[in-house]
Amino acid sequence: MRMKTLLAGSVLMGLAASFVAPAIAEDSVYIQLPTYRTGPYAGSGIHIANGMSDYLAMINARDGGVNGVKIDFDECETGYDTQKGVECYEQAKAKNTLVFNPWSTGITLQVIPKSSVDKIPVLSMAYGLSAAADGNTFPWVFNPPDTYWDGLSAIIKYIGEQEGGMEGLKGKKIGYIFLDAGYGREPIPLLDNLAQKYGFEVLQYPVAGKEMQNQSSQWLSIRRDRPDYVVMWGWGAMNPTAIKEAVKNRFDMSKFIGVWWAGGDEDARAGGAGAKGYKSVSFNNVGADYPALQDIKKLVVDAGNSHTPADTIGENLYNRGVVNALYMVEAIRTAQEMTGKKVINAEDMRLGLENLKIDEARLEAIGLKGMIAPIEITCSNHSGHHPLFIQEWDGEKWTSATDWFSPLTEEVTPILMQASKDYATSNAPWPTRDDACPAN
Amino acid sequence: MDMLYNILIDPFVQMVDAPDFLIQVVWEGFVAGVLYALIALGFVLIYKASGVFNFAQGIMVVFAGLSLVGLHQKGVPAWLALILAIGIMAILAVCIEKFVMRPLVGQPDIILLMATIGMTYFLIGLGEVIFGGEPKQMITSELGLPTGSTAFEMGERGLVILQHIDIAAAVIALLMVGGLAVFFNRTRIGRALRAVADDHTAALSVGISLNQIWAIVWFAAGIVALATGIMWGARSDVSFALEIVALKALPVLILGGFTSIPGAIIGGLIIGIGEKVGEIYWGGLVGGGIESWLAYVIALVFLLFRPQGLFGEKIIERI
Repeated sequence: MRMKTLLAGSVLMGLAASFVAPAIAEDSVYIQLPTYRTGPYAGSGIHIANGMSDYLAMINARDGGVNGVKIDFDECETGYDTQKGVECYEQAKAKNTLVFNPWSTGITLQVIPKSSVDKIPVLSMAYGLSAAADGNTFPWVFNPPDTYWDGLSAIIKYIGEQEGGMEGLKGKKIGYIFLDAGYGREPIPLLDNLAQKYGFEVLQYPVAGKEMQNQSSQWLSIRRDRPDYVVMWGWGAMNPTAIKEAVKNRFDMSKFIGVWWAGGDEDARAGGAGAKGYKSVSFNNVGADYPALQDIKKLVVDAGNSHTPADTIGENLYNRGVVNALYMVEAIRTAQEMTGKKVINAEDMRLGLENLKIDEARLEAIGLKGMIAPIEITCSNHSGHHPLFIQEWDGEKWTSATDWFSPLTEEVTPILMQASKDYATSNAPWPTRDDACPAN
Repeated sequence: MDMLYNILIDPFVQMVDAPDFLIQVVWEGFVAGVLYALIALGFVLIYKASGVFNFAQGIMVVFAGLSLVGLHQKGVPAWLALILAIGIMAILAVCIEKFVMRPLVGQPDIILLMATIGMTYFLIGLGEVIFGGEPKQMITSELGLPTGSTAFEMGERGLVILQHIDIAAAVIALLMVGGLAVFFNRTRIGRALRAVADDHTAALSVGISLNQIWAIVWFAAGIVALATGIMWGARSDVSFALEIVALKALPVLILGGFTSIPGAIIGGLIIGIGEKVGEIYWGGLVGGGIESWLAYVIALVFLLFRPQGLFGEKIIERI
């Protein structure tokens, strides 16, 4: 009797599985999230990873996925190590990821040549190779909402405004303290170019990765050189150490401006009361009052399905992780609409990214109105060079120091297009785009 | 000609022109050197007692610092957290002796080195599991350590800023060195430890417990690691990136010798001051960033003339 029951049960289970399995396969898409919750850069990486994971989990919990298609996601720990990142890419490829988010300029530079061969879009949100904004040359790489060059030009524009106009930059000294890696070196060609154009002097202060917590030499040099402003391109443990050193050396914090990745809450908090006035350029607002973030709190964090401490929801880097996930979700939605397919593949995802448009109405519907500026990516412009703003640390939290303003797009674009051409030439034979973008 | 001027003359002109800045550079180098010396001390202690190059000393610094801050974050008062952190380092020392050192007695040195490398990665993983990967703020003021700074004006624009925590680091380092010197030279355990360092077998034959000595020395290295973690953590924060900084002790050890406590201190100061002065006054000639390798160059130059280091024991093997 027991044997019969067992057999009958097994047959029924097999039958059920044969019906259920295809249904799961058809109703889900896979995205790998390369993250770094460990290592010297974890201080920045954890918040980003939490934001990304929580948003995707919330979309699954609240909406049942994107138009009913669940997002099956998992994390691959890179430790911000390029070699590990490339291994994650290979794993993601094997599991048919829709998109690859390297979360490291070093990893991005490694996977760019692979992406066009493997036909996997690379979404390097506001990092990576600036020249990749040229969709004609880099059809598989996306860097919205702004490139590093946009970020740098926005900072220089802001400094110019503080000096009474761009002509006020003439004769000024601008220090550039940066992580001595692909990430930190990326804006240097533009910085040199703008220095030549506006007549300011650039003083470089590289910080080696293994010396991130030992920056006294760099800050002594800054103290000796007395730059009028210091711009920082830091990440991970470099940021809080730099801010502490700036405070220690009594540098005027109102003249210390970081890129968006040097704008973590914990980065600034490390400087204590002395960090008040520190600034960073940004493309997202802080705060947890957005309806979508409240849904995350209710459906994901409070439900115990997250690594996120509830009090970090709404912090700068957390919200930025949410923005990255938002881009992916909206690109899936766009691709579904364009292809008519529910379950899309990586090539469809590229189409979705290339036609991504998130306007005010859509942001309101999503529940993130006001967190970011509307964005639009096109076939030829994979970044969009969107408006940015400067935020300021008030001693406890980030506040907006300016309205949204455009970077120096007109000045950056010709240099960026030239850099794109140079990249293709130096990596010849660089694959040409199959479908030419319509002329804008 | 310009190049020669920039190398041989200009740096010294700068030093004379801005003596306050030179004092600041030397002070910063001194403080960095003290911290390097503290890390190197941990290496020396273990090498002296067991001939093992403890690759895990860096992660012990991080682990000790994280234990202290982690306990405080869980609501434990700062001083109790400090005592508990010392206890954790004691337990760690006993575990290392029992589960790593004891089974490997008599194995070649390279095996013991590999074991400490293994311990490094084990402790990284354990630390991340227990405390998470996020950097943590050192509880400097809660521990009663001084914060803030004192500035001394020199001339019209001259200014020397001394951080109180840096002064405390220097004092604590000196106290630790003094304490360890007394411990090694004036106590029974210290003499036993030196005996073990000289010859394991001979020490065993006169009734010295190798296991006990090793546990004690690993515990002492743990205390040094905790002091280093507190001091360095106060300067930046406590994160796993500190583990890499700890490798700065390598040139210090080459310079000072692997077996000398005064050598670790003098070596640390030479490296600390040398790299800061080198970076500030000569680094700009090659685009900066020479600090990360200058320490090794200084150590290599010394190695050419004194392979055993400044204070290391010269080993003469007769054939």
